[in-house]
Amino acid sequence: MTPAHRSNGVGTVPADTPTHERSTPQTKLPRRSVADSEGLLAKLFLLPTVAYIIGLVAFPFILAIVFSFSDVTTGNPSLDFVGLRQWQTILGSRIFWTAFRNTITFTVISMMLIVVIAHILATVLVKDFKGKWLVRFCVLLPWTTPVSLAAVSWLWLLNSIFSPIDWVLRWFGLIEANMYYLGRPVLAMGSIIAVHVWRIVPVATVIIMAGHMAIPGEINDAAEIDGAGFWRKLREITIPLTLPISAVAVLFGAILTFADMTVVFILTRGGPTQATQVLSSWAFFKGIEGGDLAQGAAVALFLFPLLLAAAIAILRAVRRSEVI
Amino acid sequence: MAHVVEVRGLKKHFEKGDVRAVDGVDIATREGEYLVLLGPSGCGKTTLLRMIAGLEEPTEGEILIGGNVVNGLPPRARGIAMVFQSYALYPHKTVLDNITFPLKTTMPDRDARREKAGWAADLLGIGELLGRKPRHLSGGERQRVALARALVRDPSVFLLDEPLSNLDAKLRTSARDELKQFQERLGTTTIYVTHDQVEAMGLGDRIAVILNGKVRQIGPPQEVYSHPADTFVATFIGSPPMNLIDRGDHLIGFRPENFLPLEAMGSNGNNLLEVDVQVHRIEYLSGDRHVYATTSGLGPDDAHIIARIPATVNAGVSEDSTQRFAVHEKDLRFFDGESGLQTEPRPVRT
Repeated sequence: MTPAHRSNGVGTVPADTPTHERSTPQTKLPRRSVADSEGLLAKLFLLPTVAYIIGLVAFPFILAIVFSFSDVTTGNPSLDFVGLRQWQTILGSRIFWTAFRNTITFTVISMMLIVVIAHILATVLVKDFKGKWLVRFCVLLPWTTPVSLAAVSWLWLLNSIFSPIDWVLRWFGLIEANMYYLGRPVLAMGSIIAVHVWRIVPVATVIIMAGHMAIPGEINDAAEIDGAGFWRKLREITIPLTLPISAVAVLFGAILTFADMTVVFILTRGGPTQATQVLSSWAFFKGIEGGDLAQGAAVALFLFPLLLAAAIAILRAVRRSEVI
Repeated sequence: MAHVVEVRGLKKHFEKGDVRAVDGVDIATREGEYLVLLGPSGCGKTTLLRMIAGLEEPTEGEILIGGNVVNGLPPRARGIAMVFQSYALYPHKTVLDNITFPLKTTMPDRDARREKAGWAADLLGIGELLGRKPRHLSGGERQRVALARALVRDPSVFLLDEPLSNLDAKLRTSARDELKQFQERLGTTTIYVTHDQVEAMGLGDRIAVILNGKVRQIGPPQEVYSHPADTFVATFIGSPPMNLIDRGDHLIGFRPENFLPLEAMGSNGNNLLEVDVQVHRIEYLSGDRHVYATTSGLGPDDAHIIARIPATVNAGVSEDSTQRFAVHEKDLRFFDGESGLQTEPRPVRT
């Protein structure tokens, strides 16, 4: 036997381990309380969250699915199963497809603008300069402003007669007559997108700023030494390294945009002539204001599978990305 | 002939916290030299290097590279290459793309870039790793990629910022040896920043010891080691550090390896400073014996002394005993009691 083999055998428990001490406690120990039981405690702490999710997310969601296969309305709340009839009705409606197109336009253009603006703001805000706190405060302001307050200001800014924007543009001689922002289809959609971008940019900036700050300082230094100028550094270092976090920001933003109806509701109520109607606002007008709960539910559910698939795809791509 | 890198009266003052990171430094490198900037953390050595690289602007003073003032020039225009402590490899690019990255502006032809990268990779023995991403590399491999990336730019000077500190102790020794060989083969002037005096002694043609933004001493390792300019250099370099004994208006210093049992000192006893010491503890390190002792025979107060007895000396020393040690008078160094600067020899016998 080699010494190495022998030493392996020595590593066992010594024969004279005092085992009797464990079975005869000298003093009486305090009894176990609820706070000592980690299993019970965990369940206790989880309970409010679980109750909240079941009560306010899962239940309404299942109810909406059930509604979309029934003929329930606010006037006639009895649940009668009608199969796919409601789905056929909405898919056959012209307004639905207009709203669908508008939703996609609204989301895609908003997200592109949000990501670009958030990246620019994040680039500025990670730098050190005088008055940085003021810029940061202004950037975050739209996120903290209550929607009702923001709506009043925007309605005034975009007012057909008293719009200060028109006033300024006229003063500079850029336009001759008022623009009627909310009265023309393209301008109305543009206004909706502008206000929504204004609302979402702060949160996207905060997320993307985290991505910018996570790039080690030495990597930026190295790129500078290696002769990369601003644009090359942006294209080859900053954008690839912030791609995963940008994807997360896009995911959050897209879900907020898809599901959002406040801006549309406040500014245009879907008009003029459905030009700014999106699926979520149409679901609201149809289901709540129009009282057709079943069709409203079907409209609202229509995008769910698409969103879910997109969310899973983005999260998977982020996890698999090769960045650090 | 112009110096490759020269700094004149260089100062860097940070507004935040009112720090003078670099406080009036004058250094000139020699052609093909390996210059080590050595100092404790926070002494300003990295700031000095970053100013030479162009990553920081000096508050005052001039930086010259190849004889031209480069103040205000961006890093890419200075003809320098830098290796960072973290290596700063681009994590989303392959090793090949990392190495060719600096060439894209200067070498438009893609094949020429690849050829150059291949040459650098072969030189550093990382030819097989070109397709990999940095996170699939070991610490030593990352360091080589960082060196290759610096190498392809054909810089007039390499700036290395603690490139070994991220490696484990075992790898560090071999990497140190490779770095030295690599530099000797290329003959490129190198400025190397470290806080590790062993690295500095092993690598440097000259060492600049820096404290609080000022150069305390600059010279070849042997000179800095055996003729330290002040008490800081004396204790910062050498392990264990130089023994310093306070004698009122001055201090005397001697290296632990020069302080040996009397019986091991040879015959010419007339130049020896002999003293009785109380031995407290003996450590065996790499064959040498480190003897921790106190003595009252060298100054007004009791002094702690460390002696390093080489493995080749057989003299018997035992713990908790009083023994007679001695040091050659030629090995004694003298420092001013107030400024700590080296001074003329003084009579040591009382």
